[in-house]
Amino acid sequence: MTTELFTTELFATELFTTELWFALIGALIIGISTIGFFGATHILKRIMAFNLMGSGVFLIMVGLAQHDRGVDPVPQALVLTGIVVAVSATALALIIFRRYIASGGQSKLPEHRS
Amino acid sequence: MTTLTLIPALLLIPLVFAILSLLVTRPWRNAFALLGIALQAVAALSLSWVIFTEGASSTALGNWAVPLGILLVADGLTVTLLTLTAFIAVICALYAFFYLRAYPREERYFWPLFWFLLAALNGIWLADDLFNLYVGLELLGLAAVGMVALQATQQSLAAALRYLLAALFGSLMYLLGVALLYGSYGTLAMGQLSDLMVGDLTTQIALLLMTLGLLIKTACFPFHYWLPPAHGGALAPVSALLSALVVKSSFYILARIWLDLGTLAVPIGLPEVLGLLGTCAILYGAWRAYTASEIKMLVAWSTVAQLGYLLLLFPLALNTTEAAAHLAWQGTLMHLLAHGFAKGAMFLAVGTLVLAARSTQLSDLAGISRKLPMALFAYGLAAVSLMGLPPSGGFSAKWLLIQSALHSGQWVWIIVISVGSLLSAAYLFRVFSVSFVEGKQRELQPTHPMLDVTALTLALIAIALGFFGMIPLSLMELGTPLPESPLPTGGQP
Repeated sequence: MTTELFTTELFATELFTTELWFALIGALIIGISTIGFFGATHILKRIMAFNLMGSGVFLIMVGLAQHDRGVDPVPQALVLTGIVVAVSATALALIIFRRYIASGGQSKLPEHRS
Repeated sequence: MTTLTLIPALLLIPLVFAILSLLVTRPWRNAFALLGIALQAVAALSLSWVIFTEGASSTALGNWAVPLGILLVADGLTVTLLTLTAFIAVICALYAFFYLRAYPREERYFWPLFWFLLAALNGIWLADDLFNLYVGLELLGLAAVGMVALQATQQSLAAALRYLLAALFGSLMYLLGVALLYGSYGTLAMGQLSDLMVGDLTTQIALLLMTLGLLIKTACFPFHYWLPPAHGGALAPVSALLSALVVKSSFYILARIWLDLGTLAVPIGLPEVLGLLGTCAILYGAWRAYTASEIKMLVAWSTVAQLGYLLLLFPLALNTTEAAAHLAWQGTLMHLLAHGFAKGAMFLAVGTLVLAARSTQLSDLAGISRKLPMALFAYGLAAVSLMGLPPSGGFSAKWLLIQSALHSGQWVWIIVISVGSLLSAAYLFRVFSVSFVEGKQRELQPTHPMLDVTALTLALIAIALGFFGMIPLSLMELGTPLPESPLPTGGQP
């Protein structure tokens, strides 16, 4: 407990606190996946980019909210809910994608076909 | 006291019926849905009555205090929207009973999705913290995408995928904004945030991210690309529900974010930019509706155009006088209601025409006025409201918006509103110019009279809003939510 307090204090004096690191890495992941989401045309790649983007958002959500008062349960609960939502959304996207292929569609939406 | 049971009932009834309707088999399906829809309507109307007589109320689910539990708030605005939802849901359900006879496979999955959609909508209207709004938005999005994909044709699946990807990106941007706000303020309750919020950079970035996400979900120009194929390609009752209610819910959140929470954090020029996007939507949507060759695409593009008016709320209500803001808020709410009823009616009427003609091409509707006068009449009444001709809800809405623009001296929006009305008249009349042409006529399938009755009912409500518009507007005035709760609050899973 005392060591934890000590390290938190130590970190807080530095320029890059833990929460800032979390936020920066989360932002980086979101940036990369946004490029993937809009750059890719293959629907599967776009679904994966969405999942990656979700991870970035969750990282910011748990990371940023770690104030000096210790671990905050609320963002953890939020992220849990967010993960459930992301998994269900991915499942829906995959099933619709499969049906789309089965109905004769291609791996890209019509507007992305050249 | 009664609100303690009525508010959760509005969430529980749709959820219970969503799950049970998966189990109910064919002969009982409609009767079961009818029971649910009656319960839901009674709950919504009685809650409205209680709020109207006793004032705003709230309930903490399961009696858990706020940091752990979920607080649901019913104020005047909430019950107005709940009533709108209940009305449109009842009519769409009645329409679906008869319409879906032609679609036995789709019928099975329509009802569970319908109920999930209702649960999500009611949840969004009742929610009072940013995270529950997120959960509601996601449930709504998933249900709506499922409904778009119902027919499982290549075209509808592509529309559903496009819609889903847009909606998911929008939700993540919204959630990112929520994360930043929680990081700064340590609470997600609307009431507390509106007291705490300051205009610093983090807040502005968070609000802008949320705005981006919600603009995508509301299909505002230039993020409207997913809407016409999704709304234009879906089954008629689905299109009606999506255009009348679903896109409004994300706008409602957007409006609450800026008008309730972010009044101090409005970046310079943001209201004007949003107004400009609305203007582009009005002009571009009208142009695409005017050039559309399929009748359902015409109506879907008209939704894009009509959503543009909603965005005029921001330049009219932010950073202006109190009177102007009040009028703008009233006008926007009236537009939201009138467009909900009118566009619902229009999609139902057009669905009947398409069902009868077995064709979505506008040119195939030649001479249809003689065979389906009632459906066309419903379309006409809805068109009157959409164009903003008096007396109708659409007219009252535009009148209030113009009054607001006059109050704050922003002449440019008056021009936008008037030009938009003229343009909508131009594209809406295309249907009449075709349907009264006598000439080669297609063989028409007979349609059930209830299809006309339901569409006509919605259209008549849209017109009646022009006479009785003061009722929802005065109900909305009960808007002051409860006294601030002293407890620290947060978002809940």
